[in-house]
Amino acid sequence: MPSHDLLPSDEPVQLLDQHGRRTEDSTHRFPSDQELLRAHEALVVGRRINEQAYALVRQGRLAVYPSSHGQEACEVAAALVMGDGDWLFPTYRDTVSIVGRGVDPVDALVLLKGDWHSGYDPTVHRVAPQATPLATQLVHAVGVAHAATLRGEDTVVMAMCGDGATSEGDFHEALNFAAVFKAPVVFFVQNNEYAISVPLARQSVAPSLAHKGVGYGMPGERVDGNDVAALLSVLGSAVDAARGGGGPQLVEAHTYRMQAHTNADDATRYRQDDEVEAWRDRDPLLRSEAYLVGRELLTEERRSAIAATAEEVAASMRDGLMKDVEPVASDLFAHVYATPTPQLREQAAFLDEELSREGAR
Amino acid sequence: MAQHEKITMAQAFNHALRDAMTDDESVLMFGEDVGALGGVFRVTDGLSAEFGDSRCFDTPLAESGIMGMAVGLAMNGMRPVVEMQFDAFAYPAFEQLVSHVAKMRNRTRGAVNLPITIRIPYAGGIGGVEHHCDSSEAYYVHTPGLTVVAPATVADAYTLMREAIASPDPVVVLEPKKLYWSKEEVDLDEAQPGIGRAVVRREGTDATLIAYGTSVPTALEAADAAAAEGRSLQVVDVRSLVPFDDETVCGAVRSTGRAVVVAESAGFASVASEIVARVTERCFHHLAAPVRRVTGFDIPYPPPKLEHLHLPSVDRILDAVDTLQWEDV
Repeated sequence: MPSHDLLPSDEPVQLLDQHGRRTEDSTHRFPSDQELLRAHEALVVGRRINEQAYALVRQGRLAVYPSSHGQEACEVAAALVMGDGDWLFPTYRDTVSIVGRGVDPVDALVLLKGDWHSGYDPTVHRVAPQATPLATQLVHAVGVAHAATLRGEDTVVMAMCGDGATSEGDFHEALNFAAVFKAPVVFFVQNNEYAISVPLARQSVAPSLAHKGVGYGMPGERVDGNDVAALLSVLGSAVDAARGGGGPQLVEAHTYRMQAHTNADDATRYRQDDEVEAWRDRDPLLRSEAYLVGRELLTEERRSAIAATAEEVAASMRDGLMKDVEPVASDLFAHVYATPTPQLREQAAFLDEELSREGAR
Repeated sequence: MAQHEKITMAQAFNHALRDAMTDDESVLMFGEDVGALGGVFRVTDGLSAEFGDSRCFDTPLAESGIMGMAVGLAMNGMRPVVEMQFDAFAYPAFEQLVSHVAKMRNRTRGAVNLPITIRIPYAGGIGGVEHHCDSSEAYYVHTPGLTVVAPATVADAYTLMREAIASPDPVVVLEPKKLYWSKEEVDLDEAQPGIGRAVVRREGTDATLIAYGTSVPTALEAADAAAAEGRSLQVVDVRSLVPFDDETVCGAVRSTGRAVVVAESAGFASVASEIVARVTERCFHHLAAPVRRVTGFDIPYPPPKLEHLHLPSVDRILDAVDTLQWEDV
């Protein structure tokens, strides 16, 4: 393949401008009304999940929450373009994508609630546990995809990471392995401008992160990360290409993390209010809504139905996460090995005895 | 294969891989130079020709990628065996091993297990230059979730590799490079004790030598030398570092009342230290003397011309045995 075919477009693909008007782009497929309505509902629900999770942190019900507020279009589109048999490899910021794949928000938030390291069975929804060590999950995605290829299955794997993760060695190893083995993986980088406090300029001086693909012989594309129509189009094409035997694909979405890294972070120490304000105008929900209203697709009735759905999800999150799950001490030893070692059995008995003594006091 | 054939340890590992791949189509062997070359130690010799490039294959030269890819393959129904070409070349894979391979079962409360075998040619005594002779077992045994074995005999090389591949959990197989070309007449069909079991390699009544991997032949040699001087030394081969067989090791020490642990790695905070602690905690009243260690020094692995000064020797073992308070002082 000539190397220029691998290069991303000069500007991120945009199908809706920030006022919700269609751009002149005619090379990318524009999603159907149905797709956009479905995506809009997911955006509203996703925003509500972010807001509710944030509130639950303040109420002490979640230990921490890395919000995808402002990035919901990426979260939603990534989940929507996948097929039932596909796998998602999310990070800690991708709760909304995980929910988009069918995981209950309460289960998706178990890690951040602190009851256990992960709250869902990855094999049921084909969603890997959320990865905290950066970029490590990208290599796993290649393995899952390669296993599917070996068995002749047409599974595609959506492997998510942020801009900071592209500096990690595992980002390089994952993309290179995927390309060499022609693994059906879509590497989806949400470039939200900051890795906690460090701006993109300190991660890379490449023309764009999507340009990195050419070094692996992999097509890269850039997309407006706050334009759900463009995301559905670009990510959808990437999934199709990977499924069709085109090998791995790299997609970089240009977006912005509207809130701090987590509630424990203070974003005012490293970025200015006017920068944040400018991004407020590019909110993915406003844009999607403006387009759908303009096309008379989002009726008042539809709008209130979507709002009601979002409230139901939030209420169910509150119910589920307000519940105290009594931690089971023996769980500490139950899943270290298939069969606990004699040493672990001894330690479990020790703890059991200690707890029963305390109980008796 | 014919019964009671004389084969090398490298061949025994090779037979184990071949038999496992024959028995189970989900077993994959991959790493650096394991395909056409058959591995730098020829442990994967002929596998790619016999099973095809999709079952035994070379990867890009990147250990974290190899280990991480194994995680994904195992998550999706495969039973990967990976080769880290040398002990010290396995370090780039450490994060994948510690943060993912070892923890996946625990993170997912048993929903996802990773049946991955990690083959690591380890330890020195082969005149290797730097980064080719590390005894890195302490890093692995200190990581909950990993099973770690170090075979010392040809028969164990076969058995422990088969058990490692069959295990539902990740297993690190430390292959003693120095012993790759050691030959034994073995019947591979003969059942050996499995993972989690230590074995008494030599009976003895005066003191117990506890060793694993490359140090077992040295300990046996020391026991021969001691016998010539009229002292009867028992030799225990630990085989399975995790899970550790307290019962066999402590039973052996109780029977003699004296013990020396022999290991090649640096001694500080080592497997040898752990064995001393366990034996002392469990057998204190049976001990006539403090348990001693004969290990490598706490130094980076030395250059080839100096390694003989670093490695546990027969003389050092016998000197340690001599200090076990044979007479009241």
